[in-house]
Amino acid sequence: MAFRTTWRGAAALTCGVGLSLVLAACGGGDEDGGDDGDGAAAGDVDCSAYEQYGDLEGTQVTIYASIIAPEDAAHIASYEPFEECTGATIVYEGSAEFEAQIVVRVQSGNPPDIAYFPQPGLLQTVVRDTGAVLEAPEQVVENTETYWSEEWKGYGSVDGTFYAAPLGANVKSFVWYSPADFEAAGYEVPQTWDELIELSDQIVADGGKPWCAGIGSGDATGWPATDWMEDVMLREHGPDVYDQWYTHEIPFNDPQVAEVLDRVGSILKNDDYVNGGLGDVTSIASTTFQDGGLPILQDQCWMHRQASFYQAQWPEGTDISEDGGEIFAFYLPPISEEFGRPVLGGAEFVAAFTDRPEVQAFQAFLASPEWANSKAEVSPPGWVSANNELDASLLVSPIDQLSAEILADPETVFRFDASDLMPGEVGAGSFWTEMTNWIANDKPNQEVLDAIEASWP
Amino acid sequence: MSGEGFTLSDNDPVKPDARSGSTTTTAARPGDAPVAAPRPKEGSPVWTGVLVALGAVTVIGILVVVASLAGLWTPEFDWPSWLVSSITAVEKFGLMFFAIILFVVVMSLILLAVDRARGVRNWMVALAFLAPMGLMLVFGLIYPGLRTIRESFFDRTSTNYVGFENYTTLFTEDIFQIVLRNTAIWVFIVPIVSTLIGLVYAVLVDRTRFEALAKGLIFLPMAISMVGASIIWKFVYEYRPDQEGVEQIGLANQLLVWAGREPYQFLITSPLNTFFLIVVMIWIQSGFAMTVLSAAIKAIPDDIVEAARIDGVSGVGMFRYVTVPSIRPALVVVVTTIAIGTLKIFDIVRTMTGGNFNTSVVANEFYTQSFRQFNVGLGAALAVVLFVLVIPIVVYNVRQLRLSEDVR
Repeated sequence: MAFRTTWRGAAALTCGVGLSLVLAACGGGDEDGGDDGDGAAAGDVDCSAYEQYGDLEGTQVTIYASIIAPEDAAHIASYEPFEECTGATIVYEGSAEFEAQIVVRVQSGNPPDIAYFPQPGLLQTVVRDTGAVLEAPEQVVENTETYWSEEWKGYGSVDGTFYAAPLGANVKSFVWYSPADFEAAGYEVPQTWDELIELSDQIVADGGKPWCAGIGSGDATGWPATDWMEDVMLREHGPDVYDQWYTHEIPFNDPQVAEVLDRVGSILKNDDYVNGGLGDVTSIASTTFQDGGLPILQDQCWMHRQASFYQAQWPEGTDISEDGGEIFAFYLPPISEEFGRPVLGGAEFVAAFTDRPEVQAFQAFLASPEWANSKAEVSPPGWVSANNELDASLLVSPIDQLSAEILADPETVFRFDASDLMPGEVGAGSFWTEMTNWIANDKPNQEVLDAIEASWP
Repeated sequence: MSGEGFTLSDNDPVKPDARSGSTTTTAARPGDAPVAAPRPKEGSPVWTGVLVALGAVTVIGILVVVASLAGLWTPEFDWPSWLVSSITAVEKFGLMFFAIILFVVVMSLILLAVDRARGVRNWMVALAFLAPMGLMLVFGLIYPGLRTIRESFFDRTSTNYVGFENYTTLFTEDIFQIVLRNTAIWVFIVPIVSTLIGLVYAVLVDRTRFEALAKGLIFLPMAISMVGASIIWKFVYEYRPDQEGVEQIGLANQLLVWAGREPYQFLITSPLNTFFLIVVMIWIQSGFAMTVLSAAIKAIPDDIVEAARIDGVSGVGMFRYVTVPSIRPALVVVVTTIAIGTLKIFDIVRTMTGGNFNTSVVANEFYTQSFRQFNVGLGAALAVVLFVLVIPIVVYNVRQLRLSEDVR
């Protein structure tokens, strides 16, 4: 009898738990409805730009992306005007395992409505392997063509079909330095590659280590070294050869690529130049990219080549400004006049797996200047978009403003991070590991290039 | 006191090895059940129906799996969205509770049906108890296993049959040879060294005053997750140059610097870095070996030890001629269990080097190929290789376990 009673009690408990869950779900729904009806909340947003999306009351769009806390907060906040004006609910889910999980989710028949792809290479893989990515709707095509320069549409396309519009962007051709220390030592920001090398030699002569670097990044170790290769490739041989390189029109062990690796090696594998405050050449491989530039603050290193997003790594309270600031960045100078001022960068891309009206509307919104500016308003330092209607004055950090300026400048020759465009076997595989071997085990240049060439599918 | 019977089971040196032991106990239980369960009372045909229905569902489930595996039929139905794509925490918890409730409902239905049904035969009861577990095994173990073997003969997206190409790649390309070499080094060193350390330690601390404390200390790493241990050791190996204004933050390098040596790149300098990773695994596994072996040593009957002592055996002789032969079955189980764990080693390599610097092992490479490169075929081939390598050790382990049970 006692058993029976306990059993009944347990049953009641389970039912109770189940019921409260159901109630919680209902409660959530009500809350959202209430928000929309609340005129005051929507009052401070100008909804006129959102009328084109129509009334999306009661609909839901799910997003899956690699952007996780704390950076996801600004993303979630930037959707608020859209949610308030259209009534749709945006459910954001970020995952550190995005790259692996997105394929698993698609193949198991459980894709999100929208995914943010951090690399076009991964987008290509998912498009080709699963065929589940939908072609971009008309409004997205229109927005991309209007608000982005031409090459961007190409980066969001696979085999001639346009799938994904760009979202945020970053500029990689930066060298971080300390304006205050440069001033004190009497160094000038170099304008050409030759000046850059002269400056490095000068620092060595003055008893310092000019460069510091770190390429450690878990199972993605090596990517900062590939960025070095790409930046130098753009400067040494120009955008055309660059395009031939990542499309494999020239082999990876081509003499032109070898020249680039030699030049990168003249800095990264030069024991006189590296690795300020971190050790010898091999310490580049054991240092995480997050730590790579920090010795500048301890005056143990002078220059660190890393993307605009590196500003998030400086400790809180660091004065990041151009005139006499603790830290700022200069543009990695060109090698040859012939190719102008090439810029290397990266971006995320928005691809959809469903074509419900609210999903398409949200996709169009993400490609619009309304979103770019909505995001700029709420973003902490470290975010920029290549949307040419982006109001740079909304950005908080001078580095972001500089990046936005560079991206919007019609003179800029922008090229996307090549390793992100190469097939996964190379761009997220052998290119990383071989560059790591090159630094950690002093693997000879030619062997490195031959090994990468051999892995090209 | 239950005298002899008690001593008999206590003598079993393998007993503390809960993991391998539990397999036999759980397997034995359903067999016992039919003897105890059927109490021919007034039953109702409804419950018999429920029992039959449950059996039918099980059979259909197995057929579905077999059919889809053979490619005869692909399940084409839309799962309700809340079941497959829960996003918010509430939905995820809801799904978890749903699963628990489903489990409870099914199990109580079975229990009730067995209890109430009329004219139940023993085999029906056995089936009712075994079927859910069997179904789960088929779904969760056999089906994925067979599918992995099938995929290893297909290309990177599992669409075209490529024969043994993936295996050829695996055994001929340089990077995979390094992977196989590293796995071999791991499997050779970890079980032997951990067991040796565990054995010597167990003998040394046996019946000393600090036994409990000493055992607790070496057992402690077992309580830390592999990833946690890896992070700790990553800090131990951390490298900083020996240079003005730079302080060492890694214990190992600080010791080197104090000894007047240059700091060393423990994790990068190949091939020694693999051995520094192995140290972490030994650090974790020695505690396990020590616990099992210590229990086995304590189970050596006192009369044997006394007899040996009277014969003038002591010290190393006692260890060599009495202790080790007496605990041989436990030793074998410990070595094989650690070997199985080492073959599957993944966490340490992934956390500490990410497989870089020539330290990758089969399980890590399997993950990289499957989920980074999306080369499903090659990843599956690596998994199959791992599977094939584990089989002989598992078979040997189970046989030794049986033997040791028969002997006692």
